[in-house]
Amino acid sequence: MESIVADTAATGGRRGGGRRPSSLLRAVPAVVVLVLLVAAPFVLAPFATTVLGRILVFALFAVSLDLLVGVTGLPSLGHAAYFGVGAYTAGIVAIEVTSEGLVLVLVAGLAGAVAAAATGWLAVRSSGVFFLMLTLAVGEIVYQLTTTLDSVTGGSNGLYGIPAVRVGGTALTLAGYVYWFVLAVFVLGFTALWLVSRSPVGGALRGIRDNEPRMRSLGYSPFRYKYVAFVIAGAVAGVAGGLFAVQVRLVTPTEAGFTTGALALLAVILGGAGSLWGPVLGAAVVVLVRDALGPTLEGHGPLVLGIVFVLAVYLLPRGFAGLAGISAAVQRRRAASRRTP
Amino acid sequence: MIEWFDSNLVSILNGFAIGSLLFILAVGLSIVFGMMDVLNLAHGALFLVGAYLAWSLLSDGATWGGFLAALGIAALVGLLAGGVLSVMTEPLARRPILDQALLTLGVSLVVAEVLSIVYGNDALSVGAPPGLAESVSFLGRSYPAYRLALIGVGLVLAVVVYVVVERTSVGALVRASVADREMVSAMGIDNRKVKVAVLGIGSMLATVAGVLGAPVYGARPGLDDTILILALVVVVIGGLGSVKGAFVGAMVIGQVESLGRAVLPDLASFILFGTLALVLVLRPRGLFGPRKLAGT
Repeated sequence: MESIVADTAATGGRRGGGRRPSSLLRAVPAVVVLVLLVAAPFVLAPFATTVLGRILVFALFAVSLDLLVGVTGLPSLGHAAYFGVGAYTAGIVAIEVTSEGLVLVLVAGLAGAVAAAATGWLAVRSSGVFFLMLTLAVGEIVYQLTTTLDSVTGGSNGLYGIPAVRVGGTALTLAGYVYWFVLAVFVLGFTALWLVSRSPVGGALRGIRDNEPRMRSLGYSPFRYKYVAFVIAGAVAGVAGGLFAVQVRLVTPTEAGFTTGALALLAVILGGAGSLWGPVLGAAVVVLVRDALGPTLEGHGPLVLGIVFVLAVYLLPRGFAGLAGISAAVQRRRAASRRTP
Repeated sequence: MIEWFDSNLVSILNGFAIGSLLFILAVGLSIVFGMMDVLNLAHGALFLVGAYLAWSLLSDGATWGGFLAALGIAALVGLLAGGVLSVMTEPLARRPILDQALLTLGVSLVVAEVLSIVYGNDALSVGAPPGLAESVSFLGRSYPAYRLALIGVGLVLAVVVYVVVERTSVGALVRASVADREMVSAMGIDNRKVKVAVLGIGSMLATVAGVLGAPVYGARPGLDDTILILALVVVVIGGLGSVKGAFVGAMVIGQVESLGRAVLPDLASFILFGTLALVLVLRPRGLFGPRKLAGT
């Protein structure tokens, strides 16, 4: 497994044309899911539509984390910091300047990227548990900033009174329109991450994850690649945060907090790190348990999620994606055992 | 200079009190990780268990009997919790470090949530045992006696841990395991038993620190994360698996948390991260960390 991934990485983006039919075939489920998602507001009640929108927001956040955890092998516990930065930026811009949707999403993404660039420069130098701890520290510091900078963030009350998002000057007030806006940005963000993951850069990132010394000896600069991945992940997390501000119209310090980051990590692990689409399913489970099931559990959704977390670590080492890909994994292992010297 | 020192004396003393508490916490975290490669993210939750235990036994009026009972029960609970954690992480021993960290993260979510179900979401305060509840005069300033006692306890524990690790055969085993675990197990020492013992003692230190910290911090939801992060920063600054590092790191972070917040209240969070950043840029493995980590 390890060697074959490194091999793919080493050969970069070289891909045979023979793969095309199968990748077209593989696009069918994605198209079906997309059509279903677009049609959802016609079928679902407004509340269910809103929950679905929340799932998409959290899913985009989880997928951005997957670029770090699954593709690059950098387990970040503080990724919520960039989500929070994006959410607050979008909220503040919407209140003070304009609530034009495209602007909000762009500034949120930019803010996430800047925050990630500033902190990642240090975090990415470390590896393994040091990285875990450093990202945890960054996350906590951003969380503390959101609670202490009352004048900017509204302190522990949160940032409220965010106006409805506008597209082309028209305010989107119906849940379905907001949902479509969220869906459109989600699809763009997901596609961007998917393209990064499939590009030669993505291959290099996987190579660094599996065998950093080998990648270095091949002339790659692990620091530069990891840093780029960190900034991209921060930018997309910022975009997801901006979507959160658009969707919920209330941003509280919880969004930048440890629990949000931990739940995103749970979504990634549950869905299957490195697959990108798996964490979307993981995020759906997390949001459904927390928001939809939460009220019936008297707000103790995190208890269920904690138990799910523990079980997932034992039972689903590769997440949902692992379940789906068991046959593929067997084939890969065969191929790998043939290749390993 | 002396004037500045005098006016900030309370903050400096607070810093030492926080540092003592952080040392007790961080030394467990550091040795568990240094020896066993288990990053125990449930460490903060165990601290909170100790804090709520102290509240349960002391809320009807702080007595020495109740305080000592809380310490004893907390120590037992900690040992047991360490044993359970050790059994739980055993099947994951061959998986990446991240999986074990995630397991303890899940455990900490469950523990914190159970605590909030049992004790509610309000911040609870805990009184110091009689005789330590008052303030005493120290260098011309009035200062809570309990915090002075806490500094004393921290210093005594630091000496005890240092002597045990540096001067006894058990300590030799600890240092050897930090340096090269495979070699230790190749010499016929059962790794799993060492792991149970180390996690048990590390977790015990966390719950005991919770009881000791209760009169200062009280008990409230979210305290577990705050404390865990401070302890992790201490461990990163001090270096994994080093007692000396945990002590120096704890004292530095104690001062950053207390003096830093008093002198530059708006920048305290940045100072914390700045200290961390500075240490990691100059010494990537921490101040007293191993020269070279196994496997890198």
